[in-house]
Amino acid sequence: MTSMTRYVLVVATAAALAGCATGPNKDDPFEPWNRVMYEKVHVPIDRDVMQPMVRAYIDIVPSPVRTAISNFFNNIDDFISAINDGLQGKREKMGNDLGRVLINSGVGMFGLVDIASQVGVERGNEDFGLTFGTWGFEQGPYLFIPLFGPTTVRDGTGWLVRIFGASPVGYIPDVPIRNTIYAFGVVDARYQAEGAVSFVGEAALDQYAFIRRAYLQRREYLLYDGNVPPKKEDE
Amino acid sequence: MPVSMKTIRWLPLAAMLAATLAFAQEAPDALVKRVSQDVLAIAKSDPKVQAGDQARIHEVIDGKLAPHFDFTRMTALAMGRNWRNATPAQQKELTEQFRQLLVRTYSGALSRYRDEKIEYKPLAVAPSATDVTVKTLVVKAGGGSPVPIDYSLTKTPEGWKAYDVIVGGVSLVTNYRDEFNEQIKSGGVDGLIATLKTKNGG
Repeated sequence: MTSMTRYVLVVATAAALAGCATGPNKDDPFEPWNRVMYEKVHVPIDRDVMQPMVRAYIDIVPSPVRTAISNFFNNIDDFISAINDGLQGKREKMGNDLGRVLINSGVGMFGLVDIASQVGVERGNEDFGLTFGTWGFEQGPYLFIPLFGPTTVRDGTGWLVRIFGASPVGYIPDVPIRNTIYAFGVVDARYQAEGAVSFVGEAALDQYAFIRRAYLQRREYLLYDGNVPPKKEDE
Repeated sequence: MPVSMKTIRWLPLAAMLAATLAFAQEAPDALVKRVSQDVLAIAKSDPKVQAGDQARIHEVIDGKLAPHFDFTRMTALAMGRNWRNATPAQQKELTEQFRQLLVRTYSGALSRYRDEKIEYKPLAVAPSATDVTVKTLVVKAGGGSPVPIDYSLTKTPEGWKAYDVIVGGVSLVTNYRDEFNEQIKSGGVDGLIATLKTKNGG
């Protein structure tokens, strides 16, 4: 055994023991790291930068305009959803989501008005992470990424596919326009998360653990399209 | 006179009869619909609730919603196997603190959401059923994704009572199970009670 191998073994054992002391979570092997990312990096930035930004956004931009901006980004989500319906072989849902995108992009003026919902075509919610899951990829370790939020290796990879390939925004040739859309996308995402963030603040004993469990439950629910197989209650 | 005196004389009796019937036979889906419509109606019409008066919002949730929840069952489920290791006194204290936390959390939610419409999914309940899930869909005014909210209810001598709320696939009880477990691991059942008390502000 080389000294290097021995060193790695010692470090790994120490890390495993440290993990046991704080209660290991099989979904979250990097909990110590993730916790620092959430509690020491994300929370301060969110409090000092993102929350004031959302308050200013609410003050300056009137409510119908904020809804229109949310609809615009939801329309892009619907497009991503349609692609993933296709990749998962869900023809009916694909037709539904594509129909939404066409109606909202046309009659709804680039997605600013969600006409499709008003005529009763419900939103889909597929994405690349769910497609990878349907194809049989494990979710991998849970990750908390400052400003981006909770994810897993699988879902995060899905986001990279989206940002660097699938999202139509990336194909806008005019760089200032493209970057403006990205900036509004960040503001809108945080604005849409406002209710959830307040809820976590009120409900959670340990915000980090609460968000993790909620995220993993939500993703499992979406992966099984709402029909999660029952499992043992008491682990 | 549009309403005759004869009818009026019968009204109290009719009302009593209706109340008795509702108490004895109200189906779980009817209960969820009545209670949620009741609370939403107050949220939309009560000027104090509209102004964000926390004491009044708390009163509405505590008075209208909380009686239809089985908090002991919720607490036991969130505790998992730790429930059996707690003394009866600890169980009682945990249930009370968890109830306070949930009422406060619900009050916060009610002050944020009041323009939503609720759709109720039809439910076929067998007469012998003792455990059902009532499915609803909360639809936002300006479009966007509707949020499915399911209520798990159990039959008790005092009518159906909810013991879990599942929002978009996220079960409240399951979410708290992790939290309770971690608190008990580090500080025991008394540690969890202390954390809940601090969270509830005293």
